[in-house]
Amino acid sequence: MRLSAIDLHLTLGGAAILKGLSLDFEPGAVTAIVGPNGAGKSSLMSCLAGLRTPDRGEVRLGDVPLARRAARARARRIALMEQSPQIAWAVDVKTLVGLGRTPFLGARGLAAEDHAAVARAMDRADVARFADRPVTHLSGGERARVLIARALAGDPQWLLADEPLAELDPGHQLDAAVLLRGLAMAGKGVVVTLHDLTLAARLADRVVVLAGGAVIADGPPRTALTPAVLAQAYGVEARLSEGRGGLLIDVTGRHG
Amino acid sequence: MRRVPTVTLVAGLILLVLVLGMISLMAGRVWAPFSAWSDRTDPRWAIVFLLRLPRTILALAVGAALGLSGAAMQGYTRNPLADPGVLGVSAMAALGAVLTLYLGSAASQTWVIAGGAMGGAFIGVLLLMALSGAASSTVTFVLAGVILNTMAAAGVSLALSLAPNPWAVNEIVNWLMGSLADRRAEDVTMALPLIVIGCGLLLLTGRALDALTLGESGAKSLGVDLAATRWLLAAGVALTAGASVAVTGVIGFVGLVTPHLLRPLVGARPGALLAPSAVGGAVIVLIADILVRLTPAASEVKLGVAMAVVGGPFFFILLLSRRRSLA
Repeated sequence: MRLSAIDLHLTLGGAAILKGLSLDFEPGAVTAIVGPNGAGKSSLMSCLAGLRTPDRGEVRLGDVPLARRAARARARRIALMEQSPQIAWAVDVKTLVGLGRTPFLGARGLAAEDHAAVARAMDRADVARFADRPVTHLSGGERARVLIARALAGDPQWLLADEPLAELDPGHQLDAAVLLRGLAMAGKGVVVTLHDLTLAARLADRVVVLAGGAVIADGPPRTALTPAVLAQAYGVEARLSEGRGGLLIDVTGRHG
Repeated sequence: MRRVPTVTLVAGLILLVLVLGMISLMAGRVWAPFSAWSDRTDPRWAIVFLLRLPRTILALAVGAALGLSGAAMQGYTRNPLADPGVLGVSAMAALGAVLTLYLGSAASQTWVIAGGAMGGAFIGVLLLMALSGAASSTVTFVLAGVILNTMAAAGVSLALSLAPNPWAVNEIVNWLMGSLADRRAEDVTMALPLIVIGCGLLLLTGRALDALTLGESGAKSLGVDLAATRWLLAAGVALTAGASVAVTGVIGFVGLVTPHLLRPLVGARPGALLAPSAVGGAVIVLIADILVRLTPAASEVKLGVAMAVVGGPFFFILLLSRRRSLA
């Protein structure tokens, strides 16, 4: 099902964060949302996940406005990974991943199929080895992978992830990128925000550049990420070249 | 520490409650062994069934109420320092109860005091949530608790200084210290149903409290209705803490200590902590009440005071051990 943002306006504390933003997301692709700090990336993600209601405009999943769907039904279809959230208690890894099954639970708690889904998610995110360790004892990268597993445990149609790769080492970054690409290949929709432009260019099928609460470029990485767009969005000079693994974006200095 | 299945843990604690319950009926100034229970003409029969039985039931109910509301508040605030006492809900309940003093003769009715206490507790929970706001950090919650405790204490002092007569003052000061002595069967019939309903409401929050491990937006993204959780919690805490304060006065630290002791045993999951904390709180209050009864003193040491003497240092140690993670 298509996820669409239609003319989103959002004001927080007097500041206009999103200014009439419209975007359609198709399943089966990885979309990267990039942009400078304060561009509205995280606000857009929480609107897309249905956590925040825009002041004007709406988000639709399929043909139904997200606000009209029941919270549980929405949570089964859309998983949101926040950027390094606080984990309040020293629960073990499989309990935390199990929280991803919350929208599916009946009165009796985790059933056999929930346990199976949790085990699958832990395998895919490569965290099964420390299933019994408390999350508070994990390194930043391990924790980030556990949170990926948490998001996968609900087998969502849409995965919205805010900076999912930021805390990972290059090896696990690559693994996570393969995992996200695999989800898209399997027909799921994946929307990620990223700061690393080279990573965005290599991971995503489509890059949306946000600045000041509006879309300033949208398309395949090579069309969206141009020196002119980067100068406008970030105020930097950048040189683009072809590397062995794809596009390389080299920020050379401040613009102008 | 090894994780114990919740069912085993609760069953074990219930067994403990049964044993302690028997001891509680036997122990006190007058020793009443099991053999004295069946003979109605024995004066000890009256002691066991008219004095100690209501007292034991109240100890269990109040302990369960305080343990469970502590566990639920800790889960909701994601803060191991939360409980009705620390966050000022018990103090607000006490203020509500003391204010019923001004209703004149109606105030002698148990249910009027209970209503006042529950009203106070409910307002306390709502103020707490309003003061701490959506972005609730440990610090804002504890500060909100300090504000509530201070306001409630000032209100109680004011009410006492304006009290209609000195006997009323004496009565209230005694009651505020928290005690289970001389409780009657009607205290039980008034408080028990309220506490049972309140505990039922709080037990419903388990799934939401689990999801709150990931923070408020994390829980919302998992489809949890936080507004409903907030109302369940407010009503549940108002009923449990309010009814407890109404019959026994303020007994602190049970809600703080019980979840803290049991948390490692349930693998820290806040939802799994609820039921064990209820039974565990009952165990702790019953043990404390038995000890208070057996302490040789001219007049019985108040349970609330005894709890504070033991609980204060415990709270201190808890704060010290958490200094790293709070900094």
